[in-house]
Amino acid sequence: MSESALHPVETQLLEVSIGPQHPSTHGVFRMNVVLDGETIVKLKPVMGYLHRNHEQLAENMSYLGSMPYTDRLDYICSMTNNFAYALAVEKLSGIDVPERAQYIRVLMAELTRLVNHTLLVGFLLNDLGAFFTPVLYAFREREKILDLFEAVAGSRMMCNYFRFGGVKADLPAGAMDKVKEIVNNYPRFLDEFERLLTGNEILRSRCQNVGILSKELAVNASITGPMLRAAGVNYDIRKVEKYGIYDRFEFKVPLGKVGDVYDRYYVRILEMRETIKILHQILKQMPEKGEIISAKGAAAAKSPRMWKPPAGDAYGRIEAPKGELGFYLVSDGSPKPYRYHVRPPSFINLTILEDMCLGRKVADAIIILGSVDIVLGEVDR
Amino acid sequence: MNIEEIKSDLVKNIPGLELQSEGEFLIVPKEKLLQVARFLKENEKYRMDYVSCITGVDYLNKGYLESVNHLYSMEKKQGPVVLKVRVPRDNPRMPSLVPLYRGAEYQERESYDLLGIVYEGHPDLRRILMWDEFEGHPLRKDFVQEDQDIR
Repeated sequence: MSESALHPVETQLLEVSIGPQHPSTHGVFRMNVVLDGETIVKLKPVMGYLHRNHEQLAENMSYLGSMPYTDRLDYICSMTNNFAYALAVEKLSGIDVPERAQYIRVLMAELTRLVNHTLLVGFLLNDLGAFFTPVLYAFREREKILDLFEAVAGSRMMCNYFRFGGVKADLPAGAMDKVKEIVNNYPRFLDEFERLLTGNEILRSRCQNVGILSKELAVNASITGPMLRAAGVNYDIRKVEKYGIYDRFEFKVPLGKVGDVYDRYYVRILEMRETIKILHQILKQMPEKGEIISAKGAAAAKSPRMWKPPAGDAYGRIEAPKGELGFYLVSDGSPKPYRYHVRPPSFINLTILEDMCLGRKVADAIIILGSVDIVLGEVDR
Repeated sequence: MNIEEIKSDLVKNIPGLELQSEGEFLIVPKEKLLQVARFLKENEKYRMDYVSCITGVDYLNKGYLESVNHLYSMEKKQGPVVLKVRVPRDNPRMPSLVPLYRGAEYQERESYDLLGIVYEGHPDLRRILMWDEFEGHPLRKDFVQEDQDIR
């Protein structure tokens, strides 16, 4: 036996604070990490740097008044935030949505899913060290969809497009041609992206078997969205609740096998392909003309400060690109919500960050965080 | 799965349980919350394995804080069962759901932070969004901001 084995070198644990100002934390987010050598033995997320008490702001204004504020929760997917909020208020007050508006809503929500997943994959590669080349490819495609959003809603990112019982405005002339163009060209971009990444040796060795999340823990820890499905649990609210008109479309729910970072990446790629299928079906089925807002909804939009839903409470939830986005509303019959609560998917998905990172290296923690897909506007609210 | 059915199943299986329902919601006494949640989670018929949304509401005029828990089943794809627990405003203590559901961890911390509901049995009950030195709970209806006009 050598001497060094008898008298091992004494080592110390090292505490490192990653963030809050660091490109890999996707915003102002901090991880307090305790390291043994380079191995993580403890990790505590610290958040709240962007906290503005969104819920209290909303409780002090009219129902429609907080619609633009929901854009700023997950600022990459403003359309789906609008969708979830509109759904909760419609549930609370029993407002119906006309046919054409339903199609426009699903169209916008699915385009948002493309935007989110494309960006996420780009940024994940950034975290891996492929500095900004994949992100630029992703941004190129995202730009086309944002142009469409600008034509439709008047704003690229803060869309504020949904209204209770419908949407703000009808699609402008030529919008559907643009959608057709996006839908036809997207698979080619995905193929290109996949050729670059899916079989890539470096990507595989960095991502496979890293940050494994088991089925049982995923369900128990309320994980939702692509993260849950990458762990192999078949749960998609579009299928389970069939809100809006999701019962009219055929699509599969892609599942992962291992639940590692690679699966989370690949499930998102597959989800984009399913989204394109849904978009094709919308293009076929969507009525050419029709109401875009119901009479009850139009009344609510016309005088938002006077509009009162009946007293009661409701919980509306959708499958946002990041997971289950829910709004819990309590009305006391006045024009302002008595209680307004957001169930943010990326905040709750962070619960098991430590479990996935223990025993891994610091560089792994960065890509594990990247694969969780957080947006701090939503985490901190 | 309707509310009356859930209610009768719960009362049958948990001795000494007094349940009330309001519309679609069950109002559970806080001492029995863990038992009720465990039954719903483990019973073959319900399998409520997923806690979706945990939050609180401050009913200032009625004098209590209400914790609202939405349970769903991922296995059976059904739900929700909504459990509401009412605790007095001056002593808002209730059991934590973390021993049953990990997913409750951050949501209960948030509810503690913003509403001041104390979850007993929570492994790490600290503020999560506000800073540690902050006093008060901003989502309570009688919370006064520093720069607020007092009427």
